[in-house]
Amino acid sequence: MDWHLYLGLNVLDSTIRISVPLLLACLAGLYSERSGVFDIGLEGKMLAGAFAGAAAASSFGSAWIGLFFAILVSVGFALVHGFASITARGNQIVSGVAINFIAAGGAVILGQAWFKQGGRTPSLVGDERFSVVTLPFADSLGGVPLLGPVYRELVSGHYILVYFAFLMVPVTWWVLFRTRFGLRLRAVGENPAAVDTAGISVTFLRYRAVMITGILCGFSGAYLSVAQNAGFVKDMTAGKGFIALAALIFAKWRPVNAMFACLLFGYLEALGISLQGKPLPVIGTVPVQFMQALPYILTVILLAGFIGKAIPPRAGGVPYVKER
Amino acid sequence: MATPYAKLPAWADYGLIPLINLTVAFLVSGLVVLLAGENPVKAAGILVSGAFGSGSGIGYTLFYATNFIFTGLSVAVAFHCGLFNIGGEGQAYIGGLGVALVCLAFDTVFPWWLNFPLAILASAALGGAWAFIPAILQARRGSHIVITTIMFNFIAASVMVYLLVGALKPLGSMAPQTRTFEAAAHLPKLDWLITMFGFKLRSTPLNLSFVLALVVSFLVWLLIWRTKLGYEIRTQGFSPRASRYAGISETRIIVITMMISGALAGMMALNPVMGDQHRLQLDFVTGAGFVGIAVALMGRSHPAGIIPASILFGMLYQGGAELAFEMPNISRDMIVIIQGLVILFAGALENLFRPAVQAFFGSVLHEDVRAAPIASGESH
Repeated sequence: MDWHLYLGLNVLDSTIRISVPLLLACLAGLYSERSGVFDIGLEGKMLAGAFAGAAAASSFGSAWIGLFFAILVSVGFALVHGFASITARGNQIVSGVAINFIAAGGAVILGQAWFKQGGRTPSLVGDERFSVVTLPFADSLGGVPLLGPVYRELVSGHYILVYFAFLMVPVTWWVLFRTRFGLRLRAVGENPAAVDTAGISVTFLRYRAVMITGILCGFSGAYLSVAQNAGFVKDMTAGKGFIALAALIFAKWRPVNAMFACLLFGYLEALGISLQGKPLPVIGTVPVQFMQALPYILTVILLAGFIGKAIPPRAGGVPYVKER
Repeated sequence: MATPYAKLPAWADYGLIPLINLTVAFLVSGLVVLLAGENPVKAAGILVSGAFGSGSGIGYTLFYATNFIFTGLSVAVAFHCGLFNIGGEGQAYIGGLGVALVCLAFDTVFPWWLNFPLAILASAALGGAWAFIPAILQARRGSHIVITTIMFNFIAASVMVYLLVGALKPLGSMAPQTRTFEAAAHLPKLDWLITMFGFKLRSTPLNLSFVLALVVSFLVWLLIWRTKLGYEIRTQGFSPRASRYAGISETRIIVITMMISGALAGMMALNPVMGDQHRLQLDFVTGAGFVGIAVALMGRSHPAGIIPASILFGMLYQGGAELAFEMPNISRDMIVIIQGLVILFAGALENLFRPAVQAFFGSVLHEDVRAAPIASGESH
């Protein structure tokens, strides 16, 4: 058996690269859903962020300004979702669907109107795009057997947003489980009336959660268009927002689990690419479409309660009405 | 919510408020057109004349509307049961498989009028079957139907790609599609319907499934408001507790409703596959499953509202194509934005203008109408 196809450095390396946008979006969804606001508009916010990021990076000539605009636009969409679900007490699912469409259409229309390249943004060159970070001693330690190449290929040589994404996992854990804000955030997703009774504003808490969601989706979008790719192309999120949503459920709304779920889904995709057209022992060739569908299939199996039970935050999806 | 609001008369509830929401959605769309550097009023003119200005335009408008009637009804039926079926896209896609299998098997055997009912059955059966697993998981395991149906959309896409680049593709062909059906698996065109009104046209894809869509709309109305099953569906949607108390089996009603919903979405495939392209192609659904959500929300889940809402969206699709041709800065993706804005304002923000309208009615109408509190009749 050729283990390089399964666990080779290039497979693991692309696992990390594929997982990062999932992880950022997944953590984004975590804040919103933990506060009791369901968000199936992660995809739309990522896409809007990706477009805004690439458009700004190319116009202002700086990847960081691109990132700033990605976050700005994504937070704007998040606030629309917040307004619809918190203030207007509308259906959160419907609002999420709407945001996905507005972002998908808007990015292409404005992209075409502004850059006239069929919905693309101009290719990002030089400082307009994030460059990879080479960690200290990556090259000099490269010669050390086993660990050297792992350090050089896997740990070093990624975009700064990759390190940020993995840093956000312990940060999110700490915020949610070790701060007063986090306790209140989780409480408002389970029992908003209790939080309200304690004299804390349910509305303000949820708005803050939704804004954090927007910020992280902006990072995710910027990673796609300003780091991983050199520019925005139509539908570049290609369902990643929904895989992130699936990962969130798979992780049972917990940050560390979220990282493992995203790495798993990323690994499945990387494996699918690596194994394309190569027969496996015993089962023969696995169709690439099966590998693509596997995250969704696994999530459905999980939801069916065959791999533990995924229990969403209790107040999720229900607008809070102060008085009855 | 201290001030009492008037209970709205039905025409305001079902006519005025959707109209206000829709108007706002279009005003915001106009802003997007402005941002893209074009004149929104001129764009609206091109849109309407492109959709209704010629016989061909009308034919295409109604052709697109046919798709949306089916998917809109699909979403609406599930809404009545309190379920959000976001999986119309996948159910329609799989429904297309049913149509194609019938057409491929029988297009040299039976005449079209035998193939048509067979294809209806097959598309409905496969569409319904695709909704079955999410339904049973919701009913028995409490898995959120929104999430499972989204997942099933993606699974459906993978399945269809797998089949279309593999088993269904004719030998020696590169394109991921089936062979073209023989004439006995083509639905009759309805061009004469438009020429009857004195319009001239070149061939349009409008076909018999438009009539089927109207018939099915009537049947859905009959089902929801005139049968015992429909009553049970609405009871379940209005109050699951009351329905349990009345002895209605939750599992049964959820599964049946979702399968009807899936069947309706599946039947949408008849229109493009059997009526127009005469072969099964990759991504032939092109978002119609999602437009169904907008259509159902706009039409207040009632066939009498869904049909005009579908025609409106058919107009946007057809007029949008003309628009893309006339205005280089606007592509057909404009429809996607409008669709999103309609879903936002007619769906998620449907109660945004309600208090204002109610206050207005409260101050205009007679005192005794004013007494009704707002708590009654919350829509969902």
